[in-house]
Amino acid sequence: MAEIRKGGLFVPEPEVRPGGQPDFSQVKIPRAGSVERPPVDVDPRDIRDMAFSIIRVLNRDGEAVGPWAGTLTDEELLEGLKHMMTLRAFDARMQMAQRQGKTSFYMQHMGEEAVSCAFRRAMEPGDMNFPTYRQAGLLIAGDYPMVDMMNQIYSNEADPLKGRQLPIMYSARDHGFFSISGNLGTQFIQAVGWAMASAIKRDDRIAAGWIGDGSTAESDFHAALVFASTYRAPVVLNIVNNQWAISTFQGIARGGAGTFAARGLGFGLPALRVDGNDYLAVHAVAKWAVERARMGLGATLIEYVTYRVGAHSTSDDPSAYRPKTESDAWPLGDPVIRLKNHLILRGVWTDDRHRQAEAEVLDGVISAQKEAEKNGTLHAGGRPSARDMFEGVYAEMPPHLRRQRQQAGV
Amino acid sequence: MPRMTMIDAIRDAMDVSMGRDENVVVFGEDVGYFGGVFRCTAGLQQKYGSSRCFDTPISELGIVGVAVGMAAYGLRPCVEIQFADYVYPAYDQIVSEAARIRYRSAGQFTCPIVIRMPTGGGIFGGQTHSQSPEALFTHVSGLKVVVPSNPQDAKGLLISAIEDPDPVIFLEPKRLYNGPFDGHHDRPVTPWSKHDLGDVAADHVTVPLGKAVTRREGSAVTILAYGTMVHVALAAAEDAGIDAEVIDLRTLLPLDLDAITASVKKTGRCVVVHEATMTSGFGAELVTLVQEHCFYHLEAPVARVTGWDTPYPHAQEWDYFPGPARVGEALRAVMEA
Repeated sequence: MAEIRKGGLFVPEPEVRPGGQPDFSQVKIPRAGSVERPPVDVDPRDIRDMAFSIIRVLNRDGEAVGPWAGTLTDEELLEGLKHMMTLRAFDARMQMAQRQGKTSFYMQHMGEEAVSCAFRRAMEPGDMNFPTYRQAGLLIAGDYPMVDMMNQIYSNEADPLKGRQLPIMYSARDHGFFSISGNLGTQFIQAVGWAMASAIKRDDRIAAGWIGDGSTAESDFHAALVFASTYRAPVVLNIVNNQWAISTFQGIARGGAGTFAARGLGFGLPALRVDGNDYLAVHAVAKWAVERARMGLGATLIEYVTYRVGAHSTSDDPSAYRPKTESDAWPLGDPVIRLKNHLILRGVWTDDRHRQAEAEVLDGVISAQKEAEKNGTLHAGGRPSARDMFEGVYAEMPPHLRRQRQQAGV
Repeated sequence: MPRMTMIDAIRDAMDVSMGRDENVVVFGEDVGYFGGVFRCTAGLQQKYGSSRCFDTPISELGIVGVAVGMAAYGLRPCVEIQFADYVYPAYDQIVSEAARIRYRSAGQFTCPIVIRMPTGGGIFGGQTHSQSPEALFTHVSGLKVVVPSNPQDAKGLLISAIEDPDPVIFLEPKRLYNGPFDGHHDRPVTPWSKHDLGDVAADHVTVPLGKAVTRREGSAVTILAYGTMVHVALAAAEDAGIDAEVIDLRTLLPLDLDAITASVKKTGRCVVVHEATMTSGFGAELVTLVQEHCFYHLEAPVARVTGWDTPYPHAQEWDYFPGPARVGEALRAVMEA
């Protein structure tokens, strides 16, 4: 029975605030392997309950179990582990570079590495992601050069974006990575548009849209679901629910919906929830949705249940709004450790080799960093020219910008 | 040369563009099967199929957002916002996305889209069907803003806009759809069939963006106008018996500053007119540019005639609309100064 409440505005609150004992007992975690894997041409009406469960492959013992297991080979899993380790090491070095004043801003992925790294493996060359600011795994797992990422972060003279964008707002067309906006939610409907264009051209390439739990409150999210549903666009719509939108817990955006995936039900879209810290589960679900889109069966909405271990950005201090130990209590664990343990169990990995790989990965990141710093950092060394500031506003510079460039004396 | 209304000319521009380039797609609310509430897209779905001309949900944000995504893919969407008054839900997609994608991606992605929308009053549309929001777009780096005043220009400018590599806001003065309107609302309506600018070339024809045109040569004073107000300015000059030069700006961004300065330096006087509200309107930009570039040629302060700074009223439409009488007063005042 619904609770009757009168007097004052109802404002949802997280279970615990700083000083309290972390408590995730309200997050219901189904047993790994317990959620069915329907055929990709399933009628979305028949799988509505999946919007309220969580697809998981790796169990507590590190075994891959159930109908979603088995989408990747040992080699692919070992590579996936390396991608996640690389992203983590990259984050640590860039976070430090920001603290050293080499750039203005950084955003790390700690705890969420599996989501973008595993998803990337389910896409094909020519497909297009419309990412937010926390999917750099799409680039790392797509073998985009780390040096170019760092050049962008440093806004140096080799920055592919010519110093115009805030650090980490990458753009990499040839790697299927759309220019990151920084305005929230806008890319979600654009992904649907890209997918509609693919359908108009009878192409079989697909798009993937990305959004965070907080930004699902933006109108762009709802417009995207309407258009994706109406035109059966070949798109995968990804919600990364990392529990926190800066300081705002996910209940503020979710309201009474129960889950974010459930938003898809009213639009008639298949709506799946997946353990976002389970590399195997993320890949299996992404593959399912990508296949659906490519076959012309339409869009899928996926909620990745994960946890933002780090701060929102280098400008944020989470200790002001959540218990410091909350991430330790997160029931879905650490994606890197979970995949590592699974590979050890499979007999293709050891603790020693892991330690060795950590050192190798770090070496790779440090050598890329040295390479990038030769091109300058935000306040030292080579930087994009002031003259270039006036370029690229339009294909052809109009007279008023030519006058202003002259006035600026550059 | 066939005579066309502005509606025919706009439809013809899209027809020609869709025929020449299969990446051109047209969509919006009521745009597909029905052909648009103003009939600007009538017949396009039948001719080109529903993959290239279709109805959308009522979501301006969605219309522009998918257009941005389609443009990133490589299409050239030409979308309709049913009334300019309804464009605001799409403003973020226009300002933060369409206008900046070329810049922020260093040219990896571009946004060759056209956003058409009927603008202006004079049809008893009240506050939600009469606004002229051009200044909200001319303030945005990365956009182009076009306002045609007749069928000939409407076709040529729209084809240029569709072929342009950057996003274009295409404002269609709805009071001009069926005929030139000079602000004398109490007189019989003239149809485009009785006006030379209703002569529209068949097939592919372009009018370059960024080029103004002189509609009336004169030596006493320059009137800077666009859209409906071009016809009001012409009527005001005739009514007042003043030898005014009327410049039809056609494109507000980028602006043809050379045409403006050449005329004002010749006449030494200038009146700026627009239907939109005054404060921070596009007229403020025009007056500033005239002051910066023609100050030593000016014989009188530059005058502005605009809509009042109120919402667009219903019953008081003709008290609000800056008609030929108000423009005439400004002309006389500038001549006497």
